Amino acid sequence: MEKYTSPAKSAGRLEQILKAGHFAVTSELSPPDSADPAEVYEAANILREVSDGINATDGSGAHCHMSSVGICSLLTRADYAPILQISCRDKNRIAIQGDILGAAAMGVMNILCLTGDDVTAGDQPQAKRVFDLDCIQLLRTARIMRDKGVFLSGRELTTPPKVFLGAAANPFIPPKDWRPLRLAKKIEAGADFIQTQYCYDVPMLVEYMKRVRDMGLHEKVFMLIGVGPLRSHRAAEFMRNNVPGVHIPDSIVDRLKKTPKGKKRAEGNKICTEIIQQVREIEGVDGVHLMAYRQEEAVAQIVADAGLLPRPYTVPEMNPMESDYFAMPAIEASMGKYDTMFKAQA
Amino acid sequence: MRWLQNHPKTLESMYGSTKWLIKKMGPMFEKIGNEKVDRWFRKPEEWSKQAMFDCQMCGQCVLHSTGMTCPMTCPKNLRNGPCGGVRQNGHCEVKPDMKCIWVEAFERSTQMGTWGADMMMIQPPVNRQLEGSSAWVNMVTGADQDVPTGWIGLNTITVLPKGIDYPTAK
Repeated sequence: MEKYTSPAKSAGRLEQILKAGHFAVTSELSPPDSADPAEVYEAANILREVSDGINATDGSGAHCHMSSVGICSLLTRADYAPILQISCRDKNRIAIQGDILGAAAMGVMNILCLTGDDVTAGDQPQAKRVFDLDCIQLLRTARIMRDKGVFLSGRELTTPPKVFLGAAANPFIPPKDWRPLRLAKKIEAGADFIQTQYCYDVPMLVEYMKRVRDMGLHEKVFMLIGVGPLRSHRAAEFMRNNVPGVHIPDSIVDRLKKTPKGKKRAEGNKICTEIIQQVREIEGVDGVHLMAYRQEEAVAQIVADAGLLPRPYTVPEMNPMESDYFAMPAIEASMGKYDTMFKAQA
Repeated sequence: MRWLQNHPKTLESMYGSTKWLIKKMGPMFEKIGNEKVDRWFRKPEEWSKQAMFDCQMCGQCVLHSTGMTCPMTCPKNLRNGPCGGVRQNGHCEVKPDMKCIWVEAFERSTQMGTWGADMMMIQPPVNRQLEGSSAWVNMVTGADQDVPTGWIGLNTITVLPKGIDYPTAK
Protein backbone atom coordinates (compact mmCIF):
# COMPACT_ATOMS: atom_id res chain seq x y z
CA MET A 1 0.00 0.00 0.00
CA GLU A 2 1.06 3.49 -0.94
CA LYS A 3 1.23 4.82 2.61
CA TYR A 4 3.76 2.20 3.71
CA THR A 5 5.97 2.40 0.64
CA SER A 6 6.15 6.15 0.01
CA PRO A 7 9.59 7.66 0.64
CA ALA A 8 10.15 9.03 4.13
CA LYS A 9 8.85 12.57 4.49
CA SER A 10 10.42 13.23 7.85
CA ALA A 11 13.06 11.70 10.06
CA GLY A 12 10.40 11.46 12.73
CA ARG A 13 9.60 8.57 15.01
CA LEU A 14 5.84 8.70 14.45
CA GLU A 15 6.19 8.22 10.69
CA GLN A 16 8.57 5.31 11.18
CA ILE A 17 6.33 3.60 13.71
CA LEU A 18 3.29 3.94 11.46
CA LYS A 19 5.13 2.78 8.37
CA ALA A 20 6.44 -0.25 10.23
CA GLY A 21 2.82 -1.25 10.72
CA HIS A 22 2.58 -0.75 14.48
CA PHE A 23 -0.76 0.26 15.96
CA ALA A 24 0.22 3.78 17.00
CA VAL A 25 -0.75 5.68 20.11
CA THR A 26 -0.59 9.46 20.27
CA SER A 27 -1.85 11.60 23.09
CA GLU A 28 -2.61 15.18 23.84
CA LEU A 29 -0.71 17.16 26.43
CA SER A 30 -2.77 19.66 28.37
CA PRO A 31 -0.85 22.91 27.93
CA PRO A 32 -0.09 24.75 31.18
CA ASP A 33 -1.25 28.27 32.00
CA SER A 34 2.25 29.00 33.12
CA ALA A 35 5.69 30.17 32.03
CA ASP A 36 7.40 27.31 33.88
CA PRO A 37 8.87 24.57 31.65
CA ALA A 38 8.73 22.11 34.55
CA GLU A 39 4.95 21.90 34.19
CA VAL A 40 5.30 20.75 30.58
CA TYR A 41 7.82 18.07 31.54
CA GLU A 42 5.68 16.84 34.45
CA ALA A 43 2.70 16.29 32.17
CA ALA A 44 4.86 14.77 29.41
CA ASN A 45 6.59 12.42 31.83
CA ILE A 46 3.30 10.63 32.52
CA LEU A 47 2.88 10.01 28.79
CA ARG A 48 6.54 9.02 28.32
CA GLU A 49 6.05 5.27 28.16
CA VAL A 50 2.57 5.18 26.66
CA SER A 51 2.62 7.30 23.55
CA ASP A 52 4.50 7.51 20.27
CA GLY A 53 3.73 11.18 19.75
CA ILE A 54 2.55 14.02 21.92
CA ASN A 55 0.18 16.65 20.55
CA ALA A 56 0.80 20.22 21.65
CA THR A 57 -2.51 22.00 21.24
CA ASP A 58 -2.74 25.48 19.78
CA GLY A 59 -5.24 27.35 21.92
CA SER A 60 -7.79 24.55 21.85
CA GLY A 61 -11.33 25.63 22.54
CA ALA A 62 -10.09 29.17 21.86
CA HIS A 63 -8.62 29.28 25.37
CA CYS A 64 -5.17 30.76 25.74
CA HIS A 65 -2.43 28.50 27.13
CA MET A 66 1.32 28.12 26.59
CA SER A 67 1.94 28.21 22.82
CA SER A 68 2.27 25.00 20.83
CA VAL A 69 5.63 26.01 19.35
CA GLY A 70 6.93 26.68 22.87
CA ILE A 71 5.75 23.33 24.19
CA CYS A 72 7.16 21.47 21.19
CA SER A 73 10.54 23.16 21.59
CA LEU A 74 10.66 22.02 25.21
CA LEU A 75 9.58 18.49 24.30
CA THR A 76 12.16 17.98 21.55
CA ARG A 77 14.91 18.83 24.06
CA ALA A 78 13.88 15.77 26.06
CA ASP A 79 13.67 13.36 23.09
CA TYR A 80 9.88 13.36 22.83
CA ALA A 81 8.21 13.26 19.39
CA PRO A 82 5.83 16.21 19.55
CA ILE A 83 3.06 16.91 17.06
CA LEU A 84 2.75 20.64 16.53
CA GLN A 85 -0.86 21.74 16.18
CA ILE A 86 -1.43 24.83 14.06
CA SER A 87 -4.82 26.44 13.97
CA CYS A 88 -5.88 28.98 11.36
CA ARG A 89 -7.80 31.04 13.89
CA ASP A 90 -4.98 33.14 15.30
CA LYS A 91 -2.34 33.55 12.64
CA ASN A 92 -2.14 34.69 9.06
CA ARG A 93 -0.09 32.96 6.36
CA ILE A 94 3.05 34.96 7.17
CA ALA A 95 3.09 33.95 10.85
CA ILE A 96 2.18 30.34 10.10
CA GLN A 97 4.99 29.75 7.59
CA GLY A 98 7.47 31.27 10.03
CA ASP A 99 6.21 28.98 12.79
CA ILE A 100 6.61 25.92 10.56
CA LEU A 101 10.26 26.77 9.95
CA GLY A 102 10.90 27.67 13.58
CA ALA A 103 9.34 24.47 14.85
CA ALA A 104 11.21 22.33 12.32
CA ALA A 105 14.44 23.99 13.39
CA MET A 106 13.66 23.00 16.98
CA GLY A 107 13.33 19.36 15.89
CA VAL A 108 9.58 19.13 15.38
CA MET A 109 8.82 16.54 12.72
CA ASN A 110 5.02 16.30 12.85
CA ILE A 111 2.51 19.05 12.20
CA LEU A 112 -1.25 18.82 12.57
CA CYS A 113 -3.11 21.40 10.48
CA LEU A 114 -6.43 22.54 11.91
CA THR A 115 -9.12 25.11 11.21
CA GLY A 116 -9.47 25.81 14.91
CA ASP A 117 -12.42 26.43 17.20
CA ASP A 118 -14.00 29.82 16.76
CA VAL A 119 -13.05 32.63 19.16
CA THR A 120 -16.58 32.56 20.56
CA ALA A 121 -15.91 29.10 22.05
CA GLY A 122 -13.32 30.53 24.43
CA ASP A 123 -13.06 32.99 27.28
CA GLN A 124 -11.98 35.89 25.05
CA PRO A 125 -14.77 36.09 22.46
CA GLN A 126 -13.86 39.74 21.82
CA ALA A 127 -10.73 38.65 19.95
CA LYS A 128 -10.33 39.10 16.20
CA ARG A 129 -10.67 35.88 14.23
CA VAL A 130 -8.05 35.56 11.51
CA PHE A 131 -8.80 32.50 9.31
CA ASP A 132 -6.56 33.88 6.57
CA LEU A 133 -6.05 30.31 5.32
CA ASP A 134 -8.39 27.39 5.86
CA CYS A 135 -7.01 24.06 7.04
CA ILE A 136 -6.78 22.60 3.52
CA GLN A 137 -4.87 25.63 2.26
CA LEU A 138 -2.66 25.37 5.35
CA LEU A 139 -1.93 21.70 4.61
CA ARG A 140 -1.09 22.53 1.03
CA THR A 141 1.12 25.44 2.13
CA ALA A 142 3.08 23.19 4.47
CA ARG A 143 3.41 20.63 1.70
CA ILE A 144 4.63 23.27 -0.76
CA MET A 145 7.29 24.27 1.79
CA ARG A 146 8.34 20.68 2.34
CA ASP A 147 8.16 19.27 -1.20
CA LYS A 148 8.88 22.30 -3.39
CA GLY A 149 11.21 24.00 -0.91
CA VAL A 150 9.62 27.42 -1.31
CA PHE A 151 7.35 29.76 0.61
CA LEU A 152 3.81 30.29 -0.66
CA SER A 153 5.17 33.41 -2.37
CA GLY A 154 7.64 31.28 -4.33
CA ARG A 155 10.70 32.57 -2.44
CA GLU A 156 13.18 29.75 -1.92
CA LEU A 157 14.03 28.09 1.38
CA THR A 158 17.65 27.10 1.98
CA THR A 159 16.50 24.06 3.99
CA PRO A 160 12.89 22.91 3.68
CA PRO A 161 11.08 21.63 6.81
CA LYS A 162 11.01 17.82 6.78
CA VAL A 163 7.68 17.28 8.44
CA PHE A 164 5.01 14.57 8.53
CA LEU A 165 1.72 16.33 7.88
CA GLY A 166 -1.48 15.62 9.72
CA ALA A 167 -5.06 16.76 9.49
CA ALA A 168 -8.18 16.33 11.55
CA ALA A 169 -11.38 14.57 10.56
CA ASN A 170 -14.77 14.44 12.18
CA PRO A 171 -16.85 11.51 10.93
CA PHE A 172 -19.60 12.10 13.47
CA ILE A 173 -21.25 15.33 12.36
CA PRO A 174 -23.19 16.61 9.32
CA PRO A 175 -22.93 16.69 6.37
CA LYS A 176 -22.05 13.00 6.80
CA ASP A 177 -22.13 12.13 3.08
CA TRP A 178 -19.55 14.82 2.50
CA ARG A 179 -17.13 13.81 5.27
CA PRO A 180 -15.24 11.08 3.36
CA LEU A 181 -14.97 13.46 0.39
CA ARG A 182 -13.50 16.09 2.65
CA LEU A 183 -10.98 13.51 3.81
CA ALA A 184 -10.06 12.87 0.17
CA LYS A 185 -9.53 16.59 -0.28
CA LYS A 186 -7.29 16.74 2.77
CA ILE A 187 -5.18 13.87 1.48
CA GLU A 188 -4.90 15.59 -1.87
CA ALA A 189 -3.85 18.78 -0.09
CA GLY A 190 -1.04 16.96 1.71
CA ALA A 191 -2.23 14.98 4.74
CA ASP A 192 -0.04 11.99 5.63
CA PHE A 193 -1.94 11.10 8.79
CA ILE A 194 -5.33 11.88 10.30
CA GLN A 195 -6.36 12.34 13.91
CA THR A 196 -10.12 12.26 14.34
CA GLN A 197 -12.43 13.94 16.80
CA TYR A 198 -13.50 11.92 19.90
CA CYS A 199 -15.14 8.66 18.89
CA TYR A 200 -17.93 7.50 21.19
CA ASP A 201 -20.11 6.05 18.46
CA VAL A 202 -18.30 3.04 16.98
CA PRO A 203 -21.08 1.99 14.53
CA MET A 204 -20.94 5.47 13.00
CA LEU A 205 -17.17 5.16 12.61
CA VAL A 206 -17.54 1.72 11.03
CA GLU A 207 -19.89 3.19 8.43
CA TYR A 208 -17.50 6.07 7.75
CA MET A 209 -14.49 3.76 7.44
CA LYS A 210 -16.41 1.62 4.97
CA ARG A 211 -16.81 4.64 2.70
CA VAL A 212 -13.16 5.53 3.27
CA ARG A 213 -12.11 2.03 2.16
CA ASP A 214 -14.48 2.11 -0.83
CA MET A 215 -12.70 5.25 -1.99
CA GLY A 216 -9.31 3.63 -1.35
CA LEU A 217 -8.33 6.42 1.03
CA HIS A 218 -7.15 4.07 3.78
CA GLU A 219 -4.28 3.10 1.50
CA LYS A 220 -3.07 6.66 1.27
CA VAL A 221 -3.33 7.96 4.81
CA PHE A 222 -2.76 6.73 8.36
CA MET A 223 -5.95 6.97 10.39
CA LEU A 224 -5.65 7.60 14.12
CA ILE A 225 -9.01 7.54 15.88
CA GLY A 226 -9.57 10.04 18.67
CA VAL A 227 -10.68 8.61 22.00
CA GLY A 228 -10.89 9.86 25.56
CA PRO A 229 -12.24 9.00 28.99
CA LEU A 230 -15.40 10.60 30.38
CA ARG A 231 -15.32 11.43 34.08
CA SER A 232 -19.07 11.24 34.66
CA HIS A 233 -22.40 11.57 32.86
CA ARG A 234 -22.32 15.28 33.72
CA ALA A 235 -18.96 15.64 32.00
CA ALA A 236 -20.37 13.77 29.01
CA GLU A 237 -23.40 16.03 28.83
CA PHE A 238 -21.26 19.11 29.23
CA MET A 239 -18.98 17.96 26.44
CA ARG A 240 -21.68 17.20 23.93
CA ASN A 241 -23.46 20.47 24.63
CA ASN A 242 -20.48 22.79 24.86
CA VAL A 243 -17.50 21.38 22.99
CA PRO A 244 -17.92 22.02 19.26
CA GLY A 245 -18.14 18.88 17.14
CA VAL A 246 -18.33 16.26 19.89
CA HIS A 247 -21.00 13.62 19.44
CA ILE A 248 -21.79 11.31 22.38
CA PRO A 249 -24.71 8.87 21.97
CA ASP A 250 -27.30 8.55 24.72
CA SER A 251 -26.29 4.94 25.40
CA ILE A 252 -22.90 6.09 26.74
CA VAL A 253 -24.40 8.85 28.88
CA ASP A 254 -27.02 6.42 30.27
CA ARG A 255 -24.36 3.85 31.08
CA LEU A 256 -22.45 6.42 33.12
CA LYS A 257 -25.66 7.65 34.74
CA LYS A 258 -26.48 4.13 35.97
CA THR A 259 -23.00 3.61 37.40
CA PRO A 260 -22.93 4.21 41.18
CA LYS A 261 -21.15 7.28 42.50
CA GLY A 262 -17.46 6.78 43.10
CA LYS A 263 -17.13 4.27 40.28
CA LYS A 264 -18.00 6.61 37.43
CA ARG A 265 -14.41 7.52 36.67
CA ALA A 266 -13.38 3.85 36.41
CA GLU A 267 -16.41 3.16 34.21
CA GLY A 268 -15.45 6.07 31.96
CA ASN A 269 -11.97 4.62 31.55
CA LYS A 270 -13.48 1.21 30.84
CA ILE A 271 -15.71 2.63 28.11
CA CYS A 272 -12.66 4.24 26.53
CA THR A 273 -10.68 1.00 26.70
CA GLU A 274 -13.55 -0.88 25.06
CA ILE A 275 -13.80 1.69 22.28
CA ILE A 276 -10.06 1.35 21.60
CA GLN A 277 -10.41 -2.41 21.31
CA GLN A 278 -13.37 -2.05 18.96
CA VAL A 279 -11.79 0.51 16.64
CA ARG A 280 -8.62 -1.57 16.49
CA GLU A 281 -10.61 -4.25 14.69
CA ILE A 282 -11.73 -1.89 11.91
CA GLU A 283 -9.81 -2.28 8.68
CA GLY A 284 -7.90 0.88 7.81
CA VAL A 285 -7.46 2.12 11.37
CA ASP A 286 -3.77 2.58 12.19
CA GLY A 287 -3.86 3.85 15.73
CA VAL A 288 -5.58 5.85 18.41
CA HIS A 289 -5.20 9.42 19.58
CA LEU A 290 -5.96 9.94 23.26
CA MET A 291 -7.37 13.24 24.41
CA ALA A 292 -8.04 13.81 28.09
CA TYR A 293 -7.85 17.35 29.38
CA ARG A 294 -5.77 17.43 32.57
CA GLN A 295 -6.15 13.64 33.00
CA GLU A 296 -2.76 12.34 31.81
CA GLU A 297 -2.78 9.58 34.46
CA ALA A 298 -6.02 8.21 33.07
CA VAL A 299 -4.43 8.06 29.60
CA ALA A 300 -1.52 5.99 30.91
CA GLN A 301 -3.97 3.62 32.62
CA ILE A 302 -6.15 3.24 29.53
CA VAL A 303 -3.24 2.50 27.19
CA ALA A 304 -2.06 -0.20 29.61
CA ASP A 305 -5.59 -1.66 30.00
CA ALA A 306 -6.12 -1.74 26.24
CA GLY A 307 -3.04 -3.94 25.90
CA LEU A 308 -1.07 -1.43 23.86
CA LEU A 309 2.13 -1.67 25.94
CA PRO A 310 5.04 -1.76 25.53
CA ARG A 311 5.38 0.88 22.86
CA PRO A 312 7.98 0.33 20.10
CA TYR A 313 10.10 3.15 21.50
CA THR A 314 10.27 4.51 25.03
CA VAL A 315 11.60 7.98 25.67
CA PRO A 316 14.50 7.70 28.15
CA GLU A 317 13.77 8.96 31.63
CA MET A 318 15.52 12.22 32.33
CA ASN A 319 14.84 15.53 33.90
CA PRO A 320 15.77 18.22 31.40
CA MET A 321 15.27 20.78 34.12
CA GLU A 322 18.48 19.55 35.72
CA SER A 323 20.58 20.36 32.68
CA ASP A 324 22.13 23.80 32.95
CA TYR A 325 21.01 24.42 29.38
CA PHE A 326 17.97 26.34 30.49
CA ALA A 327 17.42 25.58 34.18
CA MET A 328 15.64 28.30 36.09
CA PRO A 329 18.38 28.70 38.76
CA ALA A 330 20.83 29.58 35.99
CA ILE A 331 18.47 32.24 34.69
CA GLU A 332 18.02 33.67 38.16
CA ALA A 333 21.77 33.70 38.73
CA SER A 334 22.33 35.55 35.49
CA MET A 335 19.73 38.12 36.52
CA GLY A 336 21.76 38.78 39.64
CA LYS A 337 24.89 39.03 37.52
CA TYR A 338 23.46 41.77 35.34
CA ASP A 339 22.33 43.63 38.45
CA THR A 340 25.86 43.94 39.73
CA MET A 341 27.20 44.58 36.23
CA PHE A 342 24.92 47.53 35.63
CA LYS A 343 25.50 48.87 39.13
CA ALA A 344 29.24 48.80 38.55
CA GLN A 345 28.80 50.77 35.34
CA ALA A 346 26.67 53.37 37.05
CA MET B 1 -34.27 36.98 -3.10
CA ARG B 2 -32.65 34.33 -0.89
CA TRP B 3 -35.27 31.75 -1.93
CA LEU B 4 -33.44 31.61 -5.24
CA GLN B 5 -30.56 29.86 -3.51
CA ASN B 6 -32.67 26.77 -3.14
CA HIS B 7 -32.88 26.52 -6.92
CA PRO B 8 -29.22 25.82 -7.60
CA LYS B 9 -29.96 24.50 -11.07
CA THR B 10 -31.57 27.77 -12.13
CA LEU B 11 -28.76 29.74 -10.52
CA GLU B 12 -26.21 27.58 -12.24
CA SER B 13 -27.61 28.38 -15.67
CA MET B 14 -27.91 32.04 -14.68
CA TYR B 15 -24.25 31.97 -13.71
CA GLY B 16 -23.37 30.29 -16.98
CA SER B 17 -25.07 32.93 -19.11
CA THR B 18 -23.72 35.83 -17.01
CA LYS B 19 -20.24 34.43 -17.39
CA TRP B 20 -20.71 34.12 -21.16
CA LEU B 21 -22.03 37.67 -21.40
CA ILE B 22 -19.29 39.21 -19.24
CA LYS B 23 -16.59 37.39 -21.19
CA LYS B 24 -18.11 38.73 -24.43
CA MET B 25 -17.96 42.22 -22.95
CA GLY B 26 -14.30 41.76 -22.01
CA PRO B 27 -12.76 43.62 -25.00
CA MET B 28 -15.17 46.49 -24.36
CA PHE B 29 -14.04 46.70 -20.72
CA GLU B 30 -10.49 46.85 -21.96
CA LYS B 31 -11.31 49.81 -24.21
CA ILE B 32 -13.09 51.76 -21.49
CA GLY B 33 -10.46 50.83 -18.92
CA ASN B 34 -10.90 48.02 -16.44
CA GLU B 35 -10.50 50.30 -13.42
CA LYS B 36 -13.33 52.51 -14.59
CA VAL B 37 -15.60 49.54 -15.26
CA ASP B 38 -14.69 48.13 -11.85
CA ARG B 39 -15.92 51.35 -10.24
CA TRP B 40 -19.21 51.17 -12.17
CA PHE B 41 -19.75 47.52 -11.44
CA ARG B 42 -18.98 47.44 -7.73
CA LYS B 43 -22.26 48.73 -6.38
CA PRO B 44 -24.68 46.94 -8.74
CA GLU B 45 -22.74 43.72 -8.26
CA GLU B 46 -22.75 44.14 -4.49
CA TRP B 47 -26.49 44.88 -4.39
CA SER B 48 -27.55 42.04 -6.63
CA LYS B 49 -25.23 39.42 -5.15
CA GLN B 50 -25.90 40.52 -1.60
CA ALA B 51 -29.62 40.16 -2.14
CA MET B 52 -29.20 36.68 -3.55
CA PHE B 53 -26.19 35.20 -1.74
CA ASP B 54 -25.31 37.59 1.09
CA CYS B 55 -22.17 38.31 -0.96
CA GLN B 56 -19.19 39.57 1.04
CA MET B 57 -17.40 41.08 -2.01
CA CYS B 58 -14.22 39.03 -1.77
CA GLY B 59 -13.63 39.91 -5.43
CA GLN B 60 -12.85 36.34 -6.51
CA CYS B 61 -16.16 34.58 -6.82
CA VAL B 62 -16.20 30.78 -6.49
CA LEU B 63 -19.97 30.46 -6.01
CA HIS B 64 -20.36 27.99 -8.85
CA SER B 65 -17.72 25.71 -7.26
CA THR B 66 -19.39 25.78 -3.86
CA GLY B 67 -22.97 24.78 -4.61
CA MET B 68 -24.03 28.36 -5.44
CA THR B 69 -23.53 29.14 -1.75
CA CYS B 70 -21.14 31.93 -0.79
CA PRO B 71 -18.28 30.43 1.28
CA MET B 72 -17.39 33.84 2.67
CA THR B 73 -20.66 33.83 4.64
CA CYS B 74 -19.14 31.04 6.73
CA PRO B 75 -18.00 32.80 9.94
CA LYS B 76 -14.61 31.14 9.49
CA ASN B 77 -14.45 32.06 5.76
CA LEU B 78 -13.75 28.42 4.87
CA ARG B 79 -13.53 27.90 1.12
CA ASN B 80 -12.81 24.19 1.05
CA GLY B 81 -15.57 22.58 3.06
CA PRO B 82 -17.12 22.50 6.53
CA CYS B 83 -15.13 22.68 9.77
CA GLY B 84 -15.34 20.05 12.48
CA GLY B 85 -17.72 22.01 14.66
CA VAL B 86 -21.02 21.59 12.80
CA ARG B 87 -23.85 20.83 15.23
CA GLN B 88 -25.85 17.61 15.04
CA ASN B 89 -28.82 19.54 13.64
CA GLY B 90 -26.62 20.80 10.82
CA HIS B 91 -26.31 24.29 12.25
CA CYS B 92 -23.23 26.49 12.60
CA GLU B 93 -20.88 26.23 15.57
CA VAL B 94 -20.51 30.01 15.74
CA LYS B 95 -24.09 31.06 14.95
CA PRO B 96 -26.43 28.42 16.39
CA ASP B 97 -29.46 29.83 14.55
CA MET B 98 -27.83 29.65 11.13
CA LYS B 99 -27.66 26.46 9.10
CA CYS B 100 -24.07 25.54 8.27
CA ILE B 101 -23.49 27.02 4.83
CA TRP B 102 -21.45 23.96 3.86
CA VAL B 103 -24.32 21.60 4.70
CA GLU B 104 -26.42 23.69 2.31
CA ALA B 105 -23.64 23.96 -0.26
CA PHE B 106 -23.22 20.21 -0.32
CA GLU B 107 -26.93 19.55 -0.76
CA ARG B 108 -27.19 22.14 -3.52
CA SER B 109 -24.08 20.95 -5.35
CA THR B 110 -25.59 17.50 -5.82
CA GLN B 111 -28.33 19.10 -7.93
CA MET B 112 -25.91 20.94 -10.18
CA GLY B 113 -25.03 19.37 -13.51
CA THR B 114 -22.14 21.49 -14.71
CA TRP B 115 -20.21 22.72 -11.71
CA GLY B 116 -21.50 20.43 -8.93
CA ALA B 117 -18.40 18.24 -8.82
CA ASP B 118 -16.22 21.37 -8.51
CA MET B 119 -16.86 21.01 -4.78
CA MET B 120 -13.89 18.66 -4.83
CA MET B 121 -11.51 21.30 -6.16
CA ILE B 122 -8.94 22.67 -3.77
CA GLN B 123 -9.56 26.41 -3.61
CA PRO B 124 -6.37 28.49 -3.29
CA PRO B 125 -5.90 31.03 -0.48
CA VAL B 126 -7.97 34.20 -0.84
CA ASN B 127 -6.22 37.20 -2.37
CA ARG B 128 -7.17 39.79 0.24
CA GLN B 129 -6.09 42.59 -2.11
CA LEU B 130 -9.15 41.96 -4.27
CA GLU B 131 -11.59 42.47 -1.41
CA GLY B 132 -14.26 44.99 -2.32
CA SER B 133 -13.58 44.95 -6.06
CA SER B 134 -15.84 43.59 -8.79
CA ALA B 135 -15.48 39.84 -9.24
CA TRP B 136 -16.94 40.15 -12.75
CA VAL B 137 -14.20 42.53 -13.85
CA ASN B 138 -11.60 40.37 -12.08
CA MET B 139 -12.89 37.41 -14.06
CA VAL B 140 -12.33 39.26 -17.33
CA THR B 141 -8.85 40.45 -16.36
CA GLY B 142 -7.98 37.05 -14.87
CA ALA B 143 -7.04 38.65 -11.53
CA ASP B 144 -9.30 36.18 -9.72
CA GLN B 145 -7.22 33.29 -11.09
CA ASP B 146 -3.95 34.70 -9.76
CA VAL B 147 -2.51 32.36 -7.14
CA PRO B 148 0.65 32.76 -5.04
CA THR B 149 3.72 31.69 -7.05
CA GLY B 150 4.43 28.75 -4.75
CA TRP B 151 0.91 27.45 -5.35
CA ILE B 152 1.24 27.34 -9.15
CA GLY B 153 0.93 23.89 -10.65
CA LEU B 154 -1.02 22.66 -7.67
CA ASN B 155 -4.15 24.76 -7.88
CA THR B 156 -6.08 22.84 -10.49
CA ILE B 157 -5.94 19.39 -8.93
CA THR B 158 -9.41 17.96 -8.79
CA VAL B 159 -10.20 14.91 -6.75
CA LEU B 160 -12.95 12.98 -8.42
CA PRO B 161 -15.82 12.35 -6.08
CA LYS B 162 -16.79 8.77 -5.56
CA GLY B 163 -19.98 7.61 -3.95
CA ILE B 164 -21.85 10.83 -4.71
CA ASP B 165 -24.01 10.91 -7.79
CA TYR B 166 -23.61 14.26 -9.41
CA PRO B 167 -26.15 14.77 -12.21
CA THR B 168 -23.49 14.42 -14.91
CA ALA B 169 -20.04 13.05 -14.25
CA LYS B 170 -17.25 15.43 -15.20
